[in-house]
Amino acid sequence: MSAISREEVSHLAMLARIDLQPDELDRLAAQLDVILDAVATVTQVAGEDVPATSHPMPLTNVTRPDEPRPCLTQDEALSGAPAAEAGRFRVPRILEED
Amino acid sequence: MTGTSLPADLTRATAAGLAQALAAGEVSAVEVAQAHLDRIAAVDGTRDADGVATGKAVHAFLHVCAESALADARAVDDARAAGQPLPALAGVPIAVKDVMATRGLPTTCGSRILQGWVPPYDATVVANIRAARMVVLGKTNMDEFAMGSSTEHSAYGPTRNPWDLDRIPGGSGGGSAASLAAFETPLATGTDTGGSIRQPASVTGTVGVKPTYGAVSRYGLVALASSLDQAGPCARTVLDTALLHQVMAGHDPMDSTSLTGEYPDVIAAARAGATGSLDGVTVGVVRELSGDGYQAGVLRRFEESLAVLTEAGAKVVEVSCPSFTVALAAYYLILPSEASSNLAKFDAMRYGLRVEPGGVAVPTAEQVMGATRAAGFGDEVKRRIILGTYALSSGYYDAYYGSAQKVRTLIQRDFAAAFGQADVLVSPTSPTTAFPLGDKLENPLAMYLQDVATIPANLAGVPGMSLPSGLAEEDGLPVGLQILAPAGADDRLYRVGGALEAILTARWGGSVLDRVPDLSAALATAANGATR
Repeated sequence: MSAISREEVSHLAMLARIDLQPDELDRLAAQLDVILDAVATVTQVAGEDVPATSHPMPLTNVTRPDEPRPCLTQDEALSGAPAAEAGRFRVPRILEED
Repeated sequence: MTGTSLPADLTRATAAGLAQALAAGEVSAVEVAQAHLDRIAAVDGTRDADGVATGKAVHAFLHVCAESALADARAVDDARAAGQPLPALAGVPIAVKDVMATRGLPTTCGSRILQGWVPPYDATVVANIRAARMVVLGKTNMDEFAMGSSTEHSAYGPTRNPWDLDRIPGGSGGGSAASLAAFETPLATGTDTGGSIRQPASVTGTVGVKPTYGAVSRYGLVALASSLDQAGPCARTVLDTALLHQVMAGHDPMDSTSLTGEYPDVIAAARAGATGSLDGVTVGVVRELSGDGYQAGVLRRFEESLAVLTEAGAKVVEVSCPSFTVALAAYYLILPSEASSNLAKFDAMRYGLRVEPGGVAVPTAEQVMGATRAAGFGDEVKRRIILGTYALSSGYYDAYYGSAQKVRTLIQRDFAAAFGQADVLVSPTSPTTAFPLGDKLENPLAMYLQDVATIPANLAGVPGMSLPSGLAEEDGLPVGLQILAPAGADDRLYRVGGALEAILTARWGGSVLDRVPDLSAALATAANGATR
């Protein structure tokens, strides 16, 4: 029984905003199945009493002084933009058609 | 002439040797830069208009900045002539992994989605390198977004291993490692999320160090998995690695995970190690990181290294870290989870590629994202983003990501116990020597196994080094020894590595890289083959 179906991969691709082609869906579903099978061992080793670790160093709320510093100019910030207009990022429409 | 004796071919010199000769005025920074640029021109090969490697050559560099390198070198020479005080490595060339933002130089991270991007700022590591007045030669190739162990996942074609141009140079930092083994540069930078500095060092006969998590700033590095990523130095000798380590490391207010407080003197440790004595040092052999799945020649060199460490005065003991056997599984849940989140920023809006989907008159931002990410990301990146999206989705989160985080706790406990018994731990760096290009491309899991011995250090944040332990008898390819130390004790890597290197090079009558095949001959053969 496979851990992940082609339909699930298709749904995940939508969530991740990657338009996968049909052949990619087939290939990925098969590969992810093998990988998930291998990584599933993690579910068997740690008991309830083991706390989770999200980070190698225990750090909390690291802040730096809130002082004005030099930063990018507007031109620099826009220098890599795929499209810019009037000193702003120009983006595709974000609403569906009327 | 006094003191320093540089080799006639400047590209064979160490960074330490070059720094000394430059300071003494025996050679100019321009001469040094030009020698390395000439070497790059001779062995690195060419790329087509789209940046893709053409023909059989090393292809360690994605971008060579000859003009700015020579200008930087000239400025160092002028400053020296004017009697200005200069940092120790002023005028020494360096190659920068393409994961690091470089102001004015293209930064692609091996991906199509960043093709042509020129960052408006320097990563802190790069700023440190420039402040040290080192000469940046160019940007080195890597697996796309540092996902891979062979550079075959670079969108611009693989780098080839100078030991055998039909084999992988390791990854993700295969470009940096190959550039060192091909004598294109004496120093290079790397980043190590699961082994991307150490495994390439292992398979190319070079030295690489992943410092303690937080020792080197992550500001301006294209993030892969933020709780695992750590930048570090790559070189051909332990001392050269230490010299670069010192330049790269240091507290940075721009990185909230950057370490504060005391940090050991790694250069002094490397020099102390070079005396060859390890009296009073206990070395732990990790039982779980050798044996089954490791190539015979790799194990033989490992056993030999243990004998050398004993000869040097170290006490060698066996330690057990049972949870290391599930480190790889935990890593391939944690890394894709963090990566899927980090790579969400490539949305075609503010920088990088933008692709308009076909068949839609006026596409929405969401449709543009989907089309751009489909066109801009390669197979391995897509695979890991989907895997991470899966591991983080509700219903699976606790079982996968949650369990992996618990394993991370167990691995930290294993390290703590092991470092209670030993000052450093050792293992082979990689289970195999360099494998042929294409060998593992269709089998992602086999590729992931390359990092089985290096991953535990990233999960726990401890520092690790790989250095050459000789050549495997069955294939004549380099083998690496991994040394691991407790967090913050990076100096121990250099002390032990320095001693091993001193004894082994004395035994071999030179460095392992003295035996790298003559590249000009290999390239001539390749060129003849191409015309036939």
